[in-house]
Amino acid sequence: MEYFIQQLINGLTLGAIYGLIAIGYTMVYGIIGMINFAHGEIYMIGAFVSFIAFLVLGAVGITYIPLALLVVLLLAMVFSAIYGWSVERIAYRPLRGAPRLSPLISAIGMSIFLQNYVQILQGARVKAMQPLISGGFTLMEHDGFTVTISYLQIFIIVLTIVLMAVFATVIGKTALGRAQRACEQDRVMASLVGVNVDRTISLTFVMGASLAAVAGLMVTIYYGVIDFYIGFLAGIKAFTAAVLGGIGSMPGAMLGGLLIGLVEAFWSAYFSIEYKDVAVFSILVLVLIFRPTGILGKPEVDKV
Amino acid sequence: MSEAQQSIRTETFNIPAALKDAFLTAFVMGALALPLAGFRIGEQGGAFFAEQRMDWVLIAVVAGFIGRFFLSLARVSLAPRIAPPAGAFFGGIGSWLHTNMVLMSGLAIIAAVILPFLPFTDRLILDRAIYMLIYVMLGWGLNIVVGLAGLLDLGYVAFYAVGAYSYALLSTHFELSFWICLPLAGLFAAGFGVILGFPVLRLRGDYLAIVTLGFGEIIRVILLNWYTVTNGPDGISGIARPSLFGLMEFTRNPKEGVVAFHEFFNIPFSGEHRMVFLYFLILALALITNFFTLRMRKLPVGRAWEALREDEIACRSLGINPTNVKLSAFAIGAMFAGFAGSFFATRQGFVSPESFTFIESAIILAIVVLGGMGSQIGVVIASFVLVLGPEFIRELQEYRMLAFGGLMVLIMMWRPRGLLAYRDPTIRLWPVKSKGARK
Repeated sequence: MEYFIQQLINGLTLGAIYGLIAIGYTMVYGIIGMINFAHGEIYMIGAFVSFIAFLVLGAVGITYIPLALLVVLLLAMVFSAIYGWSVERIAYRPLRGAPRLSPLISAIGMSIFLQNYVQILQGARVKAMQPLISGGFTLMEHDGFTVTISYLQIFIIVLTIVLMAVFATVIGKTALGRAQRACEQDRVMASLVGVNVDRTISLTFVMGASLAAVAGLMVTIYYGVIDFYIGFLAGIKAFTAAVLGGIGSMPGAMLGGLLIGLVEAFWSAYFSIEYKDVAVFSILVLVLIFRPTGILGKPEVDKV
Repeated sequence: MSEAQQSIRTETFNIPAALKDAFLTAFVMGALALPLAGFRIGEQGGAFFAEQRMDWVLIAVVAGFIGRFFLSLARVSLAPRIAPPAGAFFGGIGSWLHTNMVLMSGLAIIAAVILPFLPFTDRLILDRAIYMLIYVMLGWGLNIVVGLAGLLDLGYVAFYAVGAYSYALLSTHFELSFWICLPLAGLFAAGFGVILGFPVLRLRGDYLAIVTLGFGEIIRVILLNWYTVTNGPDGISGIARPSLFGLMEFTRNPKEGVVAFHEFFNIPFSGEHRMVFLYFLILALALITNFFTLRMRKLPVGRAWEALREDEIACRSLGINPTNVKLSAFAIGAMFAGFAGSFFATRQGFVSPESFTFIESAIILAIVVLGGMGSQIGVVIASFVLVLGPEFIRELQEYRMLAFGGLMVLIMMWRPRGLLAYRDPTIRLWPVKSKGARK
């Protein structure tokens, strides 16, 4: 039982990270109907920017952890957002209206490019960081097994909830959110009633990228180990989460992320750690067979 | 007259707007470069520190400014004169290749057949040619899936791996010969294609892309971790080399009861004999793939593939079962990957999960896409450029994948249907009026 609860906590933390990445996939898919293959790389870039920002802050002498975390969070979000914006501007915008496979291939090209770009600039070796925040609460103790929730896990979960609330407000209440939902339904009609479609799409990418950057920061401080290749697997898993939750739906993406995180944590704990990725992808296939629209998705209707 | 034209065009070049664009680009370039190029994570004695590299940021800013400014300049003054002819040039090559297909492919096949006997051909050239032909074959196989049926398969390498490992396992455990394993490997790969394709082919194309990607990873993870069968990351070595249809062997001291190639023909032993044989083997396999595809396009199922690519709803209305048609394309594509895989295993004599990463899938896909989806000759040209190109420029090895990704983006921007895309409908209802008119 204790072991189960511990894994539940670990899984939820992991799931929060996947959920944040998945939201980027789901928003972009909702608005332009393509898989932003380079999204995983944006997350990886977010992790690198956070890592570098921590090192620079350390060198400058800012060591008060809450302040450092806040500054790094903002830096990572801003710089990754610029990357997200540039990716859209360079690789996707010229391809609006092209055959459906073209933007996907250009996205794969972008993903390979960014991966190697970071590898060449920062080296292929794994980067490791000292744990920033240690300690936590002990929730229960039984038969010598303790269930703990670390401050870091609390930080990750709380930050995720806060960001969710902020983004739900942005999408539900602001003009930008309305424009996004309008573009999602009908891009031509939205442009006819005065919505700047290109700008709205750009901002969608910026929002997705900044959320991915937060996930990157969380991974950096949670695991403390990053390399240029982390975006690939995390990207597919987050996409799986987005599909599982129902692509195009924001709460679905978060829910899917949490489920994927839980599956991964429990599979590693009770079965085998080597095959955890296999378990996650098998879930993707199973979901697609039995409920292709995902848990919260709406069925898509093709019109002639 | 051209001068007059030029002066008109320079007038329309809006310098303030171009400068504004250039400044913006320079700013964005600076922001992009600042965190990742401006600092480098250094390591000393296990501790990491950030190393400043602000000159790189400066270079990026200046390059962004100049690049953007000249791009705006070129867009106004050069692009109207260069881009359409250049586009027409590649399109023209595509259509020219298309109209002279028989002649060109005949010449290419003759050149390929006599290559091993040319005086300048040595081991290295043969080895490179074999290497390239594997990619040509994989490209042709994937072309069935991506080019003809329009299904985006990002895990093609998984079927290649299935083929390679099935030959490796069958030959090391049961000592079956290459010629028995080859069809079996194709069969296994096709079987995997059916198992994977059946659930996911009913779905929309993008889902297929991600599921095949996941499947590629699953196969790799299994190959890495299932020690008892695949020997994990160490791979399987000592895989039997192919014999001449079981009649002769290409070894100095053949097994009991088998004649060696050099003994039979009474020529001195040379390692090159096997190379030449492998070369012809892969050439034949690749040509079979190509010939098969060309014939399939004329059969109802091949027509259905292309029709499905163009409009799925129309196909459904006409009573074509999309799932079965897609499944056949998927399985046949997988089968050829299986053949190529078992050839790969016999050529290397060694297989390990290292050879079957996502990058391989991406390279094969890039070959198909850059060559122009659906174009058979485009695959040959693209594999020549993408596979052999980097081999000759060793110094650029580090930047190979970077350029590769960038190239994929640029070519998609410029010619979204592929570099040599010239897609003629296989059949027409009415004859074309002007010859060479492009769609």
